Amino acid sequence: MKNKEPLILVVVVAFTLLTYWLVEPYAHSVMHKHVESEHFAYADLKPVAKTGNVASGKELVTGAAACTGCHSIEKEGMPAAMDAVSAAASYGVNPPDLSNAGAIYDAKFLANLIVNPAHALKVEHKFDAAKGQSHPMTAFFGAGGDAEQEVADMVSYLQSIAVKPEEVTPKMAYENACGRCHAVSYEKWTQVGEKPAFKFEKESLAFDIQVLEYQEHLTKYMGKLPPDLSMYIRSRGEHFISTFIENPQAHLEGTAMPRVGVTAEAAEKVIEYLEDAGDTKRHERESLGKSVLIYSVIFAIFALLWKKQVWKDLH
Amino acid sequence: MAHFTKATSVKDWLNQRLAIEKVEKVMASEYWIPKNINFLWAMGMVLAITFALLLVSGIFLLMYYQPDVKDAFYSVNFTIMRDVDYGWLWRHVHGVAASVVFLIIYIHMFTGIYYGSYKKGREMIWVSGMLLFVTFSAEAFSGYMLPWGQMSYWAGMVITNIFSLGGLHLDGLVEWIRGDYVPAQAFLTRFFMLHVLLLPLAIMGLIGLHFAALRIPHVNNQDGEEVDFDAEAKKYLAGDKAGSKVIRFANDFMSKDLMVVGFFLIFFFYLVFFQYGFALDPVNFDPADGLKTPAHIYPEWYFLWSYEILRPFSVNIGLLAFGFAQVIFVLLPWLDRSPNAVPASRRGAFSVWFWLLLIDMIVLTAMGKLPPEGMFSTIGLVAAVAFILLWVALPFITMNEKKV
Repeated sequence: MKNKEPLILVVVVAFTLLTYWLVEPYAHSVMHKHVESEHFAYADLKPVAKTGNVASGKELVTGAAACTGCHSIEKEGMPAAMDAVSAAASYGVNPPDLSNAGAIYDAKFLANLIVNPAHALKVEHKFDAAKGQSHPMTAFFGAGGDAEQEVADMVSYLQSIAVKPEEVTPKMAYENACGRCHAVSYEKWTQVGEKPAFKFEKESLAFDIQVLEYQEHLTKYMGKLPPDLSMYIRSRGEHFISTFIENPQAHLEGTAMPRVGVTAEAAEKVIEYLEDAGDTKRHERESLGKSVLIYSVIFAIFALLWKKQVWKDLH
Repeated sequence: MAHFTKATSVKDWLNQRLAIEKVEKVMASEYWIPKNINFLWAMGMVLAITFALLLVSGIFLLMYYQPDVKDAFYSVNFTIMRDVDYGWLWRHVHGVAASVVFLIIYIHMFTGIYYGSYKKGREMIWVSGMLLFVTFSAEAFSGYMLPWGQMSYWAGMVITNIFSLGGLHLDGLVEWIRGDYVPAQAFLTRFFMLHVLLLPLAIMGLIGLHFAALRIPHVNNQDGEEVDFDAEAKKYLAGDKAGSKVIRFANDFMSKDLMVVGFFLIFFFYLVFFQYGFALDPVNFDPADGLKTPAHIYPEWYFLWSYEILRPFSVNIGLLAFGFAQVIFVLLPWLDRSPNAVPASRRGAFSVWFWLLLIDMIVLTAMGKLPPEGMFSTIGLVAAVAFILLWVALPFITMNEKKV
């Protein structure tokens, strides 16, 4: 009698794979818009043509350009003028600390942001100067000299005080670029900072009230409360998050979320932070997976040998 | 009262009280299986193992899961996935096994259809198997509610809405099933109860019935040959193992079962660790939100074909078609009018019917997931109509089949 098992196996596997391909890769490619990565090149923005001067940049940032009126630079001993909740009440969202902005954000993006925030952030649909809607961050029109040179100086200064790009940690990147709008409750992260362990419930509640107040201002500013990103690495996946950060409008036209202008490396750090929150056990999964598969193969070999031994007399 | 003597060994002691030797013979060493079978006959054991994996992983998950609309999502995605040691492993095993069990059920079902294993005294095997399919479906659906993610909530909304039965507008029935106007706490708690108690009990009872139904007609074989089990068993016991057409369940058949299980487990654990996305839908990692409908709501892949029979028609006709699809498989032993219990390849027109049904169900499955727009709607409608016509045609095709 001819052994039909190989043919049967081929038929079963072929129909299984066809069904899988139809309901997974194919159906999802039809349902979801595919956005290609632009490799964080920000090609639509004007390049920085001049070489910046750190010393004059410092003078501008802390002086004529008035950055420190709203932004803290903790590293340089310049604290925030207001606490997070009051800042959100004034600007809608707490302006970021600039200590490491030079490492987290793309230089070209920073230069364009200083000159025209709504344009660089891709929120001109929300802040249309012609309609009198101005972005809370004031545009820099120059401090009297060569404006282009001045912007380059400021960017150089921010880069000079920041940590080296490779020293940016996942937490640092996330908190500065995303964390002032998006909570990550599984990491205890709130829009006003990490929630500490309080000894008394009263203190804990007081903290929660601060968060709620901040969220109220934020909701008013953004139209809705930006979602908690705890499980986003599982619900959206790396590719979606990365391309969304790069250009939110490419995925969701008209969204209030700004393009935050992180570098490609900082975006990777943000992804890593989200993996640590929502896919905590990925390393354990991968290493254990290998061991379990090796065990399964050995088990299958023994099962095969046992079958051969038992069936030896049956043929 | 039976006469008991002083036991000579532990085995003898047990034998006098439980007849373990006899039970072992009936259940294993003298439970005769035809030799002429292929690996598809091991799917029953693969299903038993997968069910065991579901049961064990489910027990561990049950220790940490909170059936409360405020805590359910957190207990699954934080407590189980992050806090509990290997909680993520139990969840992945449970989620992937829930999906894979249906793949094996479908292979098992189509094996039965192909080889005519529902005929000539094997009707109850088929009927109990279809009852298992229905209870497994209910088990899968109720379990899908528990993480209380977006897909749990919205699938719960859509599926319970079916019970308003379209034009009959039985909204009261829907509210009664939900225990509320929308899926909420009462809904979650009762589906939790169904998932962890009532349905598993029903499944275990039905598995018993399914095995019992197999006992008298015996297992079919891959050539539809009528085996005289008593004569062949005698031959085997007389020492002519190679010449006998039957083998013992244990260890003969079981060694082959276990070999197939071994290869299956490689595939299964590969999915658990490296390819789990198909079974743990990304949308369900967003917490349930009654004010935010997901862009695409679709059931898990194993329900897609029947979902697509519901979808392309107007409400009332769709419900009738859906109801038809749910019960028609159970009636297969009576719709197939042919006396031949042989593989489809030897049954002429039935062979064509078999492959058409299989392909039609795969087309329905694909269209059930794709958005119902343009071409997909048309293909879905054609495939749904084809499904109904295939079943209506079955008695006529098989009535005139020549006896082989």
